Amino acid sequence: MSWLRNPWGKPRWLALITAIYVLWSVVPVLLAIAFAFNAGRSRTTWQGFSTRWFTGPTGSVLHDPALRDALGHTLLLAVVCVAIATPLGVALALGLQRWRGRGSGTVNSLMLLPLVTPEIVMGVALLLLFLRIFPGIGLGTEAQVIGQVTFTLSYVVVIVRGRLVSIGPEFEEAAADLGAPPRDQLFRVLLPLLLPAIVASAAVAFAISIDDFVVTQYLSSDASTTTVSMLLYANARGAPTPALNAIATVGLAITLLTLVAAFLVYRRFAGGQEATSLATMEV
Amino acid sequence: MGSSRWTWRLLALPGVAWLSVFFLVALYAVLAVAFGNQDTLSQPVPFWNPLDWNVGYVLEMLKNIWHGDQFLTVSLRTIEFVVIAVGLSLLIGYPVAYFTARHAGRWRGLVLLALILPLWINYLMRMLAWINLLAPDGLGTRMLHTFGIEKLFLTLGLLAEPGGWLNGQPTTVILALVYGYLPFFILPLFVAIDRIDGRQIEAARDLGASPLSAFLRVTLPLSVPGILAGAVLIALPMFGDYYTADLVSSSTQTNMIGNQIDEFMRQGSEKVTGAALTLLLSVFLLVLMFYYLRTTRRAGTSAQTA
Repeated sequence: MSWLRNPWGKPRWLALITAIYVLWSVVPVLLAIAFAFNAGRSRTTWQGFSTRWFTGPTGSVLHDPALRDALGHTLLLAVVCVAIATPLGVALALGLQRWRGRGSGTVNSLMLLPLVTPEIVMGVALLLLFLRIFPGIGLGTEAQVIGQVTFTLSYVVVIVRGRLVSIGPEFEEAAADLGAPPRDQLFRVLLPLLLPAIVASAAVAFAISIDDFVVTQYLSSDASTTTVSMLLYANARGAPTPALNAIATVGLAITLLTLVAAFLVYRRFAGGQEATSLATMEV
Repeated sequence: MGSSRWTWRLLALPGVAWLSVFFLVALYAVLAVAFGNQDTLSQPVPFWNPLDWNVGYVLEMLKNIWHGDQFLTVSLRTIEFVVIAVGLSLLIGYPVAYFTARHAGRWRGLVLLALILPLWINYLMRMLAWINLLAPDGLGTRMLHTFGIEKLFLTLGLLAEPGGWLNGQPTTVILALVYGYLPFFILPLFVAIDRIDGRQIEAARDLGASPLSAFLRVTLPLSVPGILAGAVLIALPMFGDYYTADLVSSSTQTNMIGNQIDEFMRQGSEKVTGAALTLLLSVFLLVLMFYYLRTTRRAGTSAQTA
């Protein structure tokens, strides 16, 4: 009780608030994961441990067509989104970082704007774009990929540019002094140095794509373009079984494993300090 | 060096082209539809040429808001929800960020990890977790009842009926917004407080300031930029949120602007009205968006020169 006499000396109450906050933010999710392993059909009463909602013969993530297809579609979107957004974003980051002068400020703002635009505005805008300007593409998988790339792109640029700032211009200047043409400066000097950041940005893009909801929902067409997030939204209130918890758990496991792997790669090649600052970086 | 400068611009070209078509043109489509017309099937007919623009729908909506129809109610409710949620987020988030930045000691890395973790848990899964807990027979509902919190909320008028947390309660929507977006607020707060030079606080203490006044006159003012940036960062998505209210309330009594837009755009067929409302929301949020862009760009420039 020493903090009562001198509350600003040793901030035990701050530690208490922090502990309560951490519990509050994590425990409900842990309980949701626990109920994914419930043996019964209830999502509120524990009826014993089982993996039936993951791999059981009926109504499980593995065997219920609706659940399995949603998971498959989510992963498909994430893979294609990363495959497009990463090269596009790395090139844009390189271009922006070394491009000084007229136009670079405008392009920089254009790149950051998707990060601060509320997702519903982007969802509405892209919906109208595909309904009215590109009816040939229309709604569905292609539109969902394009929509996800449009806002994951900015995350890739921000992460790669952070690494570009920290490695500085010295390496490519040295390469230029030694007579390397721009192409060699890029492919033999800059890109190898950037590799950890590229891996990290791909992982972040992957995780954002998997967790995305609004844009993906707005650009969906029929049941075949349903993702895990859309399934959660549609069934959270009326879900009949813990299978919904199970599919959310699978999605979470994939996201976290990807991010941890990328973090380890980054720390291995770019140093622990920078890895930590990357992890706390919020755009 | 002239040719290499062009190499860099060439590298930026595909990304710029992508953003121009799928972001800028898409935003322009909202304008063209909002200032367009609709056909007999109430499908939108966009007017691409600004000279043809039909301001009728937007004007009518503004007129309705002025006369205090449902759009005014929903807009005011949205502002109320967001302001309270951001305020609560600050009250909870600041002590947590302050502790982590200045006093966590050897626990720092672990606490930081716990603060980052929720950012990477699907937002809808986090809502699902609370829906399970707050169901009438849910663990959370029972605990809130046992600890007398339910009774407290009932007495204060913050809850309509025992066990009815998920029945269109504004309280639940606001708390869900706090739960959903607080992790995004804490990190910028943490970074801002962490950056404060400890020597400035020591100097204040050496000059005779009490710990409290050193906090109020040094630490707090120096963390204001972080508070503002974090508040804007979570206010923006809250203003466009529709899924939180949908999931934890599922009543039109707690509709926010996002719910209204969603009803027009996706569920109903009044896309022109929906586009007009999206346009008005965007104009309202532009100030916040540019404030945030300016502060991040300034931070980016100082990082480049450092």
